Amino acid sequence: MEKLFQKISFASATLVLILLLGIFTTLYISAKPAIDEFGLHFIVDKRWNQEVPLTQTDNTLTQTPTAVDENADDEIADEDDMILDEDDEEAADTKTVYGGLVPIVGTILSTLIALTFALPIAMGIAVFLAEIASKNVSKFVGIAIELLAAIPSIIFGMWGLYYFAPIISDTFGGYQVSLLTAGLVLGVMILPFMAAVTRDSMNTTPDVLKESAYALGATKFEVVKDVIFPYSKVGIIGSIILALGRALGETMAVAFLIGAVYSLPEKITDPTISIPVAMAVNFGEASGLGESALFYLGLILFVMSFAVISLAKFYFLKRVKS
Amino acid sequence: MRLQLNKLFLALSVFSALIGLGFLGWILITLFVKGLASMHLSLFLNDLVDGGLRNLIVGQLILAGLAALVGIPLGMVAGIYIREYGRGKYAELIRDLSDIMVSAPSIVIGAFVYAFAVAPFGGANGFAGVIALSIMMIPIIINTTDSMLSLVPKELREAGIALGASKYRVILDIVIKAAKVGIMTGVLLAFARIAGETAPLLFTSETSNYFSLDLRDSFPSLTVSIYNLANEPEKSSRDLAWAASFILTAMVLIINLVGRYLTRHKK
Repeated sequence: MEKLFQKISFASATLVLILLLGIFTTLYISAKPAIDEFGLHFIVDKRWNQEVPLTQTDNTLTQTPTAVDENADDEIADEDDMILDEDDEEAADTKTVYGGLVPIVGTILSTLIALTFALPIAMGIAVFLAEIASKNVSKFVGIAIELLAAIPSIIFGMWGLYYFAPIISDTFGGYQVSLLTAGLVLGVMILPFMAAVTRDSMNTTPDVLKESAYALGATKFEVVKDVIFPYSKVGIIGSIILALGRALGETMAVAFLIGAVYSLPEKITDPTISIPVAMAVNFGEASGLGESALFYLGLILFVMSFAVISLAKFYFLKRVKS
Repeated sequence: MRLQLNKLFLALSVFSALIGLGFLGWILITLFVKGLASMHLSLFLNDLVDGGLRNLIVGQLILAGLAALVGIPLGMVAGIYIREYGRGKYAELIRDLSDIMVSAPSIVIGAFVYAFAVAPFGGANGFAGVIALSIMMIPIIINTTDSMLSLVPKELREAGIALGASKYRVILDIVIKAAKVGIMTGVLLAFARIAGETAPLLFTSETSNYFSLDLRDSFPSLTVSIYNLANEPEKSSRDLAWAASFILTAMVLIINLVGRYLTRHKK
């Protein structure tokens, strides 16, 4: 029995390793056709699902003028596409090009907006919870903030689309579905997570240090700025990066708000698309090379968030523990 | 000057907390107002084809419940391994990897499951949804079990061994019992989290308008249907989506609060 139990527990633990390797290899294998076809140039190519004459794909670095036009203007692009499609079927010497630049840029920009918005508020909440509020208030607000973190992301998306986005677009102009509204709702979503982890880091500061500063006549602000912050700096940076890692892969909240349009945003209030949203929206109808390109995007997202989370966990947060 | 700066700082910090509470209140009030306005008893008696939510609620609970049935034992046993049996680098590696998996993008897990459990079988099925959710759940359970077991004092284990019990008996009868409440809380929080997931189900279980218990076919999911309904132009669909969101959030938050209440009770 003893041996058996030990073996079962070993096998279950190994399952994590197998799952992780499985995700990597499965994504890679499914993305292989797109990787072979477009190579690393995929990352800087802003065309998605566009017919191009065969001769021009050999020289993929130079973009066709039509491709640029199509990206800039969607409604016209759709008509153009249809006309092009008919022509292409007759000519039959074209092929479809997929590039990941737009979703990659959309992912990074929406995450950065979320971070810019959430960071100051999360720091304020963390300071409030760790230092300012009385024990009971801190407990109550702490639970409330954690409940905010527990609300399913799809709810943030719906609330954001129908109640938050109209206010933002009235204030800043532009579309209701845009990079800005998506980023801000994403910011509201990562806010509680960021605040909770930052508070935990701040709480690691030994009371003796704080007390000696107070005894010297320091104000709360000075204690936070000169004692708590330097002491827990590494942990705070770690929690910020961890929140960033979560924001990168968030799907549902962003899916409602980013607009799901394959065009690079010229203004912050323009609609665009992110990697998770591209997968959520296009996976259903995709097949062949298109599906493979989505897996390629998924692989890029997985590698990105894996790197960011590892950096947070093993560089910053590990140093806190030891 | 110093004191004024301090006052400003305190004010800003309190203001941040109010913003956080404000968002929570705003979302909850929206859900209450919109959700209760479209709430009827008939929603719980009819399926989506007849304008109700019964099949979706049952379906979501089955998906999450089965995922928990797979994920909880596997996660717990793996957590026991890295805390009780594992020594050195390997256990450390598994701990780190599961730490990363907790924050892995859920849509990628959906795509992964799609590649081996949907595409080869020609269509969405409930099993794929269960697999995707259990993959989400396992690392969370591992982390909870691991950290809860670390709180159990070493003396308890030594006492058990001294009585002549074998190691797995000590773990199952003594260590797990001592960490029971903490693990229960962790399990409830993990369940609440996966019960509200949408992205891993989008192309694994998809959703269905009909009542179904057949996991070999596309399976009704509350969250995926909320996504579909919310994007439809008719007001009736959107009202239904709000009612569904209200039910989902109420479910998730109640499970969450029960979990937290358990640990507080112990202290």
